[in-house]
Amino acid sequence: MFRYYLKLSMLSIRANPALSALMVAAIAIGIGACMSIVTVRHVMSDNPLAHKNDVLYHVRLDNWNPDDPYDEPNEPPEQVTYLDSTALHQAGRAYRQTISFKSERVVQPEDEDAKPFIEEIRATTADFFTMFDVPFEYGSAWDAAADQTEERVVVLSSEINQRLFGSEDSVGRTVAMNKELYRVVGVLAEWMPVPKVYDLNNNPYEKPENIYTPFSIAVAGEWGSSGNNSCWKPTGGGYEAYLASECIWIQMWVELKSASEKGAYLQFLDDYVDEQKKLGRFPRELNNRLDTPAEWLVYQEVVDDMVGVLLSLSVLFLVVCLLNTIGLLLAKVMRRTNDISLRRALGASKSALFAQYITEAGIIGIAGGLAGIGMTWLGLRGIENAFSGYDFISYLVSMDWTMVLAAVALAIVSALAAALYPTWRACSVSPASTLRIQ
Amino acid sequence: MDIGPIWRAMMKNKAGFILIALQIAVTMTIMVNAFAIIQERTNNAGRPSGLDEANTFALVSALFTEYEREDKKAMIDEDLALIRGLPGVKNAVATNSFPLRQGGWSMGLQLEPGNQSSDSVGSAIYFVDEHGVDTFASKIIDGKNFTPNQVAWTIEDDDTWPAHGIITEALGKDLFPDEEGSYVGKTFYVNDDDPVNVVGVIEKLQAPWPGWSGVEKSMIVPQRRVSDYQRYVVRAEPGYRDALMPQIEELLTNSNKDRLIRDMTIMEDVREAAYLDDAALIKILTFIVGMLTVITGLGIVGLASFNVSRRTRQIGIRRALGATKPAIVRYFMVENFLVSSIGVVIGGILSVALNIAMVEAFALEPLAWYVIPLAMIALWMVGQAAVAGPARRASNITPAIATRSS
Repeated sequence: MFRYYLKLSMLSIRANPALSALMVAAIAIGIGACMSIVTVRHVMSDNPLAHKNDVLYHVRLDNWNPDDPYDEPNEPPEQVTYLDSTALHQAGRAYRQTISFKSERVVQPEDEDAKPFIEEIRATTADFFTMFDVPFEYGSAWDAAADQTEERVVVLSSEINQRLFGSEDSVGRTVAMNKELYRVVGVLAEWMPVPKVYDLNNNPYEKPENIYTPFSIAVAGEWGSSGNNSCWKPTGGGYEAYLASECIWIQMWVELKSASEKGAYLQFLDDYVDEQKKLGRFPRELNNRLDTPAEWLVYQEVVDDMVGVLLSLSVLFLVVCLLNTIGLLLAKVMRRTNDISLRRALGASKSALFAQYITEAGIIGIAGGLAGIGMTWLGLRGIENAFSGYDFISYLVSMDWTMVLAAVALAIVSALAAALYPTWRACSVSPASTLRIQ
Repeated sequence: MDIGPIWRAMMKNKAGFILIALQIAVTMTIMVNAFAIIQERTNNAGRPSGLDEANTFALVSALFTEYEREDKKAMIDEDLALIRGLPGVKNAVATNSFPLRQGGWSMGLQLEPGNQSSDSVGSAIYFVDEHGVDTFASKIIDGKNFTPNQVAWTIEDDDTWPAHGIITEALGKDLFPDEEGSYVGKTFYVNDDDPVNVVGVIEKLQAPWPGWSGVEKSMIVPQRRVSDYQRYVVRAEPGYRDALMPQIEELLTNSNKDRLIRDMTIMEDVREAAYLDDAALIKILTFIVGMLTVITGLGIVGLASFNVSRRTRQIGIRRALGATKPAIVRYFMVENFLVSSIGVVIGGILSVALNIAMVEAFALEPLAWYVIPLAMIALWMVGQAAVAGPARRASNITPAIATRSS
């Protein structure tokens, strides 16, 4: 029977090629508009650390102004001070812990004729690579001893290893930065966490840094932060004063293996802050936080409001396309009232008619869905083109199989939903009702 | 044309017309809200920064060798002397930032000394010497520029704040809301208790962050800061900019090999980067509205064609009974006008509702009232244009059809 319905549907679709094409196109365009925005939103709100969401925590301590919270209603600052981050790292009370900040150095390639260039650097500690599952192509992270000894070592991204050493295994070779030599201990494989969850304070949609050095060597060299930096009271001049200040510029994460470890660590933070209060710091009430990567992404509102606006508009767009399809299907049914009542008079049951018209709508839905995948792809290229000023945009507009399947599913569901009312009207035509006037 | 019979005919086939009306209503909802956003963004991107943008460019000198503090100062002085001495350069200045750059320094200013930061007024801070006002093309509307001896280098390990400042008019209004006369000579405080005396007021100089609600509030501070990463802004005489850029890059690169000259950018590019999001959003929304209008238009064409072919016999009978061709055309036009009217009325209500919801959820600006009548007229026109073709076809049905049996 189903094959017979398929045949009838194809005949009916072919009988009105322009109209059928219009219905398919409307569904495809509606799906394309909707799914391209959904895809961008899906990528933007992804949690690249989802698999470690129950063990990683972002650390916040409230060292802010006694009269004014860092953020309403009573949020502690988004980063930590040098004093606290180094003290907590030194204490080593979590299973793993890492502190880091973003900086810049001038890299001089080995070839003296090549122009020096500025590169972004992440000054961090050895656990960074394990905690964030950073993959290595060659070598490994520096060992924890280098965090103490101020040894000049670096880890390179695959991109900069390609630029400096032509993608060879460069472990053991040296890189000159600001006229000082650093020994390469590791080279990363491709690594692109989207968003850049370990540091959301600047642009959450940028590539990870290309060079990693020990935190200790960066501070010994008096490197400034090229990322976000906030102070609530004057610091006094000079780097020493800056390190001793209440300015926040360092991101701290800890790895805790269980809920009880988390509880214990929070207690440790509270005890630490209470100690500091005795020294006249931390004028606000105890307000320390540990956020999982997912919580931290939500708190930092990494997804721009405009994506929400576009999403609501594109959903309405799909609604228009569906209303359009319902209208056209209905018109089609109304014109075939004669056929239908004839078939009913000859003994076709309501359910048979229902099955036939739903089959027809389903075919239109599948065609719309398949065309919708193409439209989504076009939509994403359009978005990429509109934002071509951003290097990073290509990472936000990539389609995956989940989205492709979602597009088809949405198209079929939409087409079936659109077909319900017209089909119901078709089924409720009474037998022989229109035969009389003829 | 009597609407009565047309209306009653429509009521016999309500569903189809309700669907079209709804489609028009939702189309209008999207149209109105997209247009409100497009308008807001276009206005934002059109605001002047205050700079002489067509003739201004910026560059950075990044030092990568250990220098003594005095040597760094000397280098900045030499660079500025070199740039300012070039023919075609109107003026140049070393600064921490400039409008539209999207990165800079901000501080809270307060009227009373002491620790009461909650009442403070936020302002962008530009650290420059006495050439700043001219390089930034700022028009002094009250008071005067800094004198050279009011400008000082920062002193190491000392963060004394300069006692003089030039503020924008917008900052003055916000900082001294009760003052009706001149802001010159008035005092405010930074860093809790460092007093600053207003020596001049400039008409316009935007803060570096175009997305900030206080973008018109900024202050020029007569302080020269020592940094490994020194930013210069150069204002050229008209017509000289493009020749000066490579010339300055080469001169500075050759004058000192311990640093890099980078980020040489004209203000047009800085502006484009600053409003990239807005430009992209405008493109996407325009495209959505365009597609939507086409789909709704085609939907109306499709349905009208259906109605025409369904009513072929009736139209033939009407023609046979003496209805003229224009009368047939008019019938479909009026029918469409009635449907569109219902659609745009519902659309008006939905548009306002969605706008209220979006203003609430996404901090958008509420829409201007006139957008709604504009959208109504636009959709009426789309509807009439879409139905014109099928209506003409209907009018071409021959009266003889009436005599044939179907």
